[in-house]
Amino acid sequence: MSFDFLQDKDRIFTNVYGFQSPDLKAAQARGDWDNTKDLIALGNDKIIEEIKASGLRGRGGAGFPTGLKWSFMPKEAPKDMHGNPRPSFLVINADESEPGSCKDREIMRGDPHKLIEGALVAGFAMRARAAYIYIRGEYIAEAIALEKAVAEAYDEGLVGKNAAGSGYDFDVFVHRGAGAYICGEETAMIESLEGKKGQPRLKPPFPAGAGLYGCPTTVNNVESIAVVPTIMRRSGAWFASFGRENNHGTKLFQVSGHVEKPAVFEEAMSIPFKDMIEKHCGGITGGWDNLLAVIPGGSSVPLVPAEQIMDAPMDFDGLKDVGSGLGTAAVIVMDKSTDIVRAISRLSYFYKHESCGQCTPCREGTGWMWRVMEKMRDGNAEIEDIDTLYEVTKQVEGHTICALGDAAAWPIQGLIRHFRPEMERRIRERQGDNEEIMEAAE
Amino acid sequence: MADTPNIPDEIEVRAKWGGFAFTPENDAKAKMYVARYPEGRQRSAVMPLLDLAQRQVGADTDTQGWLPVPVIEYVAAYLDMPYMRAYEVASFYTMYNLAPVGKYHVQVCGTTPCMLRGSDDVMAACKNKGMVKGKTTPDGLFTLTEVECMGNCSNAPMVQINDDNFEDLDYDITTKILEELAAGREVTPGSQTGRKTSEPEGGPVVLKEMVDTNHDYRGEW
Repeated sequence: MSFDFLQDKDRIFTNVYGFQSPDLKAAQARGDWDNTKDLIALGNDKIIEEIKASGLRGRGGAGFPTGLKWSFMPKEAPKDMHGNPRPSFLVINADESEPGSCKDREIMRGDPHKLIEGALVAGFAMRARAAYIYIRGEYIAEAIALEKAVAEAYDEGLVGKNAAGSGYDFDVFVHRGAGAYICGEETAMIESLEGKKGQPRLKPPFPAGAGLYGCPTTVNNVESIAVVPTIMRRSGAWFASFGRENNHGTKLFQVSGHVEKPAVFEEAMSIPFKDMIEKHCGGITGGWDNLLAVIPGGSSVPLVPAEQIMDAPMDFDGLKDVGSGLGTAAVIVMDKSTDIVRAISRLSYFYKHESCGQCTPCREGTGWMWRVMEKMRDGNAEIEDIDTLYEVTKQVEGHTICALGDAAAWPIQGLIRHFRPEMERRIRERQGDNEEIMEAAE
Repeated sequence: MADTPNIPDEIEVRAKWGGFAFTPENDAKAKMYVARYPEGRQRSAVMPLLDLAQRQVGADTDTQGWLPVPVIEYVAAYLDMPYMRAYEVASFYTMYNLAPVGKYHVQVCGTTPCMLRGSDDVMAACKNKGMVKGKTTPDGLFTLTEVECMGNCSNAPMVQINDDNFEDLDYDITTKILEELAAGREVTPGSQTGRKTSEPEGGPVVLKEMVDTNHDYRGEW
């Protein structure tokens, strides 16, 4: 059975490539800010119900159901020690730093008003006072585009006092980061917003109880928020009509690496890998026989060898079944010309560079794992070292405050799981014990 | 510039930057940033203010800018926070330069998605122009840094030079860009192979109507 590709009329981000103006007037002509007042008039609970019905799962990597997350926010504002009510906040995660990910960028420079309108609708639903959009510092042009869009929305009264004529006061602020991957972790982002180093907090308390400035806070990915107005206009059932059970909706996929034409595009969830690459990226460089492995969800998920990924549906469960994950749907494709050990070692370097230094297993472990991976690259190790390396990844995994430790461990575990023979070959070759290789050549 | 900053001699730096203050224009911007956060939470503005200060230093020195210690002190005092808390922020985030950089800060992305598409060639082009990783060229024109994923993965490999991203590079294109910059000419940022943004090379496969018209799809819902 061939896959029903998403039709243009069902694409949410129609200006994802930026051919048309991102300005308010053009965005309104495409359908944004169309009677937003009516969406808000539905009421907090109705909006949350609709998002729950849509099956939307967080687009930032973890895939937590978005509607459910919003429902954790307090209905009655908690009181501070003086008896004054505390405000609630929505923090929008535009830190997009996961290697392979480049979708939020396209939303912010092509369709920024979808994000701002989504911030208002989502912020209202969770009873937030304001939204902070935390955009990574390296996105300079994107931040300028976003600031411009926010200013337009203020000028037209779409946000601010009596936002969009709804009677609800809601502010949207842009906060620029300054180059730290770890700030994509929700509690690190909150710390950073408070003007500190971005070091993750222990949970509990969870942000919905005590987040930004100690107030109830929800942190959502840009894409999770930007799809909300369209879901509200077209109904949760419409959104849920795409993708398999438990994996509904449309999704921005980002393909990089060894494909003929790397690209970002919106597709229905659960699209089979092969169909996706054929339709949108012109195939694998050198043909399908040349495919070596794929990292399907950004650098933090384990790689999947060619034969397992071919027919895998690109969704949360489908990729979990092949021992990986959907993550941010950042698909890194590697053909047979890839030095696979180097590719993963480079990711180890990334995690070493980005570890915030708070937890010992991660601070020391990421550096150690990278150094050993560099030795593995040219086989300057013993066979037993592979087992030791695996052991260390298991010691780092799950023993840190945030998931960066896990994210550093998984790619190496994936490599050992699927490419151990290649790692052993390099070690033997360097040791001069290449009899097997010679025999095979004869 | 995350790797061990070589913080220059204090006395000279103090003599030069001890009297640092925001220009009236930047002061207005700083006040706008501070106003984005609740009262009493002005410390939240430390990141935008450090960036602003770095840009002002950059404008004064015709470089990308950096943060001398007296400038960090100024920002800390501006926000009524201890110097050490501001210094912590300045040293934690990679975009704050704790040592002077050149006129052009060439930041080559070397993470796996760029590596797979040839960031080694981009790096080689920089090196063949006399750049050394982590150093500034003797003419003060270029500082070369290898940075981690910049989020342009579908347009890899890429380099960020000051505020501009140059995407879809190879050895020759990179060399050309560096030569143009050295000659003081403007180079158009973005994709260097004619892509608008991240659509597939040769034009989009989907949403083709959007190329020429601001198409409204609501009629087809």
